[in-house]
Amino acid sequence: MSTLAQRAQRAATIAALHADAVDRDGRFPLEAVTALKAERLLGLQIPSQLGGEGAGLREIADLCCTLGQACSSAAMVFAMHHIKVASLVAHGLDSAWHCHLMERIAQEQLLVASSTTEAGIGGDLRTSFCAVETTGGVFALGKDASVISYGTQADLILATARRHPEAAGSDQVLVALFADQVSLERKSVWDTLGMRGTCSDGFRLEARDIPVEQILPKPFAEIAAQSMLASSHLLWSSVWFGIANSAVDRARTFVQAEARRQPGQVPPTALRLAEVSNALQAMRAAIVSALRRYEDAQGDVDTIGSIGFSVIMNNLKTTASEMAVDIVQRALSIVGLAGYKNGTPFSLGRPLRDVLSAPLMIGNDRILANTAKLLLVQKGGGQLMSA
Amino acid sequence: MVTSQDIREILATNEVLAPVAEQIGDDDSLFDRGLDSFGSVQLMLALEERFGIEFPDEFLTRKSFASIAAIRETVATVLHPQAA
Ligand SMILES: Cc1cc2nc3c(=O)[nH]c(=O)nc-3n(C[C@H](O)[C@H](O)[C@H](O)COP(=O)(O)OP(=O)(O)OC[C@H]3O[C@@H](n4cnc5c(N)ncnc54)[C@H](O)[C@@H]3O)c2cc1C
Repeated sequence: MSTLAQRAQRAATIAALHADAVDRDGRFPLEAVTALKAERLLGLQIPSQLGGEGAGLREIADLCCTLGQACSSAAMVFAMHHIKVASLVAHGLDSAWHCHLMERIAQEQLLVASSTTEAGIGGDLRTSFCAVETTGGVFALGKDASVISYGTQADLILATARRHPEAAGSDQVLVALFADQVSLERKSVWDTLGMRGTCSDGFRLEARDIPVEQILPKPFAEIAAQSMLASSHLLWSSVWFGIANSAVDRARTFVQAEARRQPGQVPPTALRLAEVSNALQAMRAAIVSALRRYEDAQGDVDTIGSIGFSVIMNNLKTTASEMAVDIVQRALSIVGLAGYKNGTPFSLGRPLRDVLSAPLMIGNDRILANTAKLLLVQKGGGQLMSA
Repeated sequence: MVTSQDIREILATNEVLAPVAEQIGDDDSLFDRGLDSFGSVQLMLALEERFGIEFPDEFLTRKSFASIAAIRETVATVLHPQAA
């Protein structure tokens, strides 16, 4: 039996092999996802009694980083899948239907996608226009889903919607829809600067006659506050760290090659390498400390639901996304033209394009505005080791 | 002494809860009634202002503000720490 790291490395090797084609053609990283399934990495978080491996977010984060160094799109697909699974594990164990779903995800290695973003609402996770319309034991849902990554490749989509047509915009539920239960009419094509392989097209989503059991019993407000926001920020940041890390690797190799050509001298770029390695370490520390906070708070609904915890996770997202962009740019300035050109061992075009999505993926200003509200009541204080 | 009616009056000043404030039972979940994170921050600020208190960080959780009954208890604990 191989270790988790070995399984991840095998999948990452395959992801790297096809990374250029995925980016160039803006196509789904099929080979990488097939490898993730073959290594049975899609059911990792699911509890062992339901056929998974009961892995924590820390292990998933490590895998996001490994994959992020190989193919950012494949890594982001893996991260988004596990963000959805984290919500199922945290909030679905009381529902027989969702337990069976988790068994199927682990057994059949089903790929789960997310539909929160809606036309006219953008990245405001906690507001929906669309509503679940229930008649008897079944419901219908129509949603202008302006972004669903790998929407047509996923086996299951978890979508947010208002609880009923009269409900307030923030009174939302999370519904699980199998690929064969929905029709997706493509409304926009994901032809973007970076993260091209996530295939995050826009769709009109229609679902009819879906059993009401497929609605997660917990209000989405709780799901967002207790699992989704934190797991999104933690796993996205881990992907961005993987991207930044591989950019610094290229810069390091470049500087070391220069040093070998001129023995006895420290190349001028080494100073810049020292700076960027400093930034990378700070980024890693920010992610690891937030991951620890998350793991320590597991099962402690009060802490996870607290304002202080939300502020920490929000700050992680804005910090990690900005640092990742900065680090890749610094790496590029070290490597120079060899990084600016495509097709060299030092090319940094793709990582730069991919990482530029980080501050936009739920816009940093939106997150800062949210934190600003929370800070109106947070009191602060605290110790070095506990705050 | 903090009464449910005091709290209902404050809820009535909240944009989302205003239309339903009078119908909310003491134990009804305010979040189910549409209270979002910003709404709960506004609510906390209004309570701090009204009762001349400051909620310490450990009280700033969803649970402390989940219902009228929970708010009554939270406010009472901050007002009279020794009694709690
Ligand atoms: C690679 C990638 C994959 C994605 N995959 C998915 C997916 O699978 N499913 C899904 O549902 N969504 C997905 N998204 C969408 C994502 O979740 C956000 O909805 C999206 O990034 C927001 O896009 P926007 O800039 O159009 O939106 P908006 O949220 O409308 O923001 C527009 C601008 O306004 C600013 N802004 C908005 N509100 C405020 C405020 N209150 N204060 C200050 N500034 C504000 C923002 O910061 C931003 O600059 C994906 C995005 C990316 C980049």
